[in-house]
Amino acid sequence: MSSNLIDALFVFMLAAFIGFEVIRHVSPLLHTPLMSLTNALDAIAVVGAIVLVGERKSEFATVLGVIAIVAATSNVVGGFVITDRMLKMFKSSRPVKK
Amino acid sequence: MIEFAGSQYIIEIIYLIASALFILSLKWMSSPATARHGIWAGEIGMVLAIGGTLLRHGIVDWKWIIIALVLGTGIGIPLGMVQMTAVPQRTALSHAFGALCVTLVGTAEFYLRTPNVPKFMMSVLSMEVILGGLTFTGSLMAAGKLQEILPQRPITYKGQNLVNFLLFAVAVGSSVYLVLHPEAKQLFPLVIGISLIFGVLLVIPIGGADMPTVISLLNSYAGLSAAAMGFVLDSKLLIIAGALDGSSGLILSIIMSKAMNRSFTNVLFGAFGQVQASAAGGQEAKPVRSATPEEAAAILAAANKVVIVPGYGMAVAQAQHKVRELYDVLTKKGVEVRFAIHPVAGRMPGHMNVLLAEADIPYDRLIEMEEINGDFPQTDVALIIGANDVTNPAARSDQSSPIFGMPILDVDKAHTVMVIKRSMNPGFAGIDNPLYYFDRTLMLFGDAKQFVGGIVRELGGGH
Repeated sequence: MSSNLIDALFVFMLAAFIGFEVIRHVSPLLHTPLMSLTNALDAIAVVGAIVLVGERKSEFATVLGVIAIVAATSNVVGGFVITDRMLKMFKSSRPVKK
Repeated sequence: MIEFAGSQYIIEIIYLIASALFILSLKWMSSPATARHGIWAGEIGMVLAIGGTLLRHGIVDWKWIIIALVLGTGIGIPLGMVQMTAVPQRTALSHAFGALCVTLVGTAEFYLRTPNVPKFMMSVLSMEVILGGLTFTGSLMAAGKLQEILPQRPITYKGQNLVNFLLFAVAVGSSVYLVLHPEAKQLFPLVIGISLIFGVLLVIPIGGADMPTVISLLNSYAGLSAAAMGFVLDSKLLIIAGALDGSSGLILSIIMSKAMNRSFTNVLFGAFGQVQASAAGGQEAKPVRSATPEEAAAILAAANKVVIVPGYGMAVAQAQHKVRELYDVLTKKGVEVRFAIHPVAGRMPGHMNVLLAEADIPYDRLIEMEEINGDFPQTDVALIIGANDVTNPAARSDQSSPIFGMPILDVDKAHTVMVIKRSMNPGFAGIDNPLYYFDRTLMLFGDAKQFVGGIVRELGGGH
């Protein structure tokens, strides 16, 4: 248990550093789509909710879990859809000069 | 678990691949050329992760999972199809949904495990529900303010910070007690309740101009609460996704705070618009020069270099498509038109870029503040559309100004400054802008969309 915990802390630390390094290089141009994308990715919490509902541990847990899945799934779907719509709009003037 | 050790490994490998895809997804966001790969990577990662989870042998109840997934998709699609001008409130709403999910799962986990909750798990569980709870209500408040269901003005009262601090202390204190005595079930609703109230109180005193920072901060909290959930469920995938989101939100908050020359604590506890509302009172009488669309068009047509400075007012007036027509007609006349983007223009990070991209303005015409500021002395016309504080020279010179020290776009160095504005009322933050009284400044009074439309007609463009 405690070695799992230490592993988990290592993973967290490394992921946070990777996050900082990767995101520091995102152009300010794309800050809005970046945020909607991280929102969609963050909704991976749906995984926890699915386990909660699937293992049917108690009525209470199932009810909370179902609401949680609905909320998270709407983030996954909505986040990807709107990020894609936004990115499609970003065009450079170089290929087609209007 | 033991007899299915094989499938357990497969699931973990699937999670590993999904984590790698999430990191790649963010990496590809660094440039518009690769950004759409980023979405695909994210989508594949997500499908893998959800699919892998469904393979777990402990899953016996499919019906409700499927119903919830379908329902969530049904809600998600319209949320993904909103107008681009509604993106800030949609983003705030999705922070709220993400935090809701985390809080609910955390709550269920607590009641399933109590009274046998190890100390470390109880600490992260408390962190999960406190961060989740305050992010949920805080983001709902932010969305309400952005959608203008709630008043956008900061709401402050005496002793606000003390009340907030005490509430937070009670929540943390109760959590500590729960860590030591996880059987004290009755304290858990208290922790959640306070977190929910705290979220509301945290965002109530924050004004619209501070929204970019607040949204970024809530983004970070949502990520951290998901990472905390990863610790509770011992899921490295969740820890990684949460840490990525948390650091992304944190970086954006830092950029936003810097762009306003303010610290986090100042944004959270400062209640911007309040102090200067009184200071702005007695300055109505100074003379300004105003101009008609015809005059503005003549000046623009005679210019070589024009820089357009968009702000939240352009978003409110939905003027971005008219601005595009202006860009077209001026470019056709051989005028070099560029856009100066202040990091906190609008209501969320990158807000202006998205609106202008929506109007089909090429992104290489959108120039960041540091890059374009040196060019203003060689700029013939700086045309400000619905921006105020980010152009206020008082930030450079007037130590008594509440925005003193904030980096601004040096539009006052351009040969001619034109400001499209509804009236002389001071902007959202209530700060008077000396720029409007300069000799070289022309005030163009009117609705941004109509006024730009008028200029375009004069220049013989438009559709």
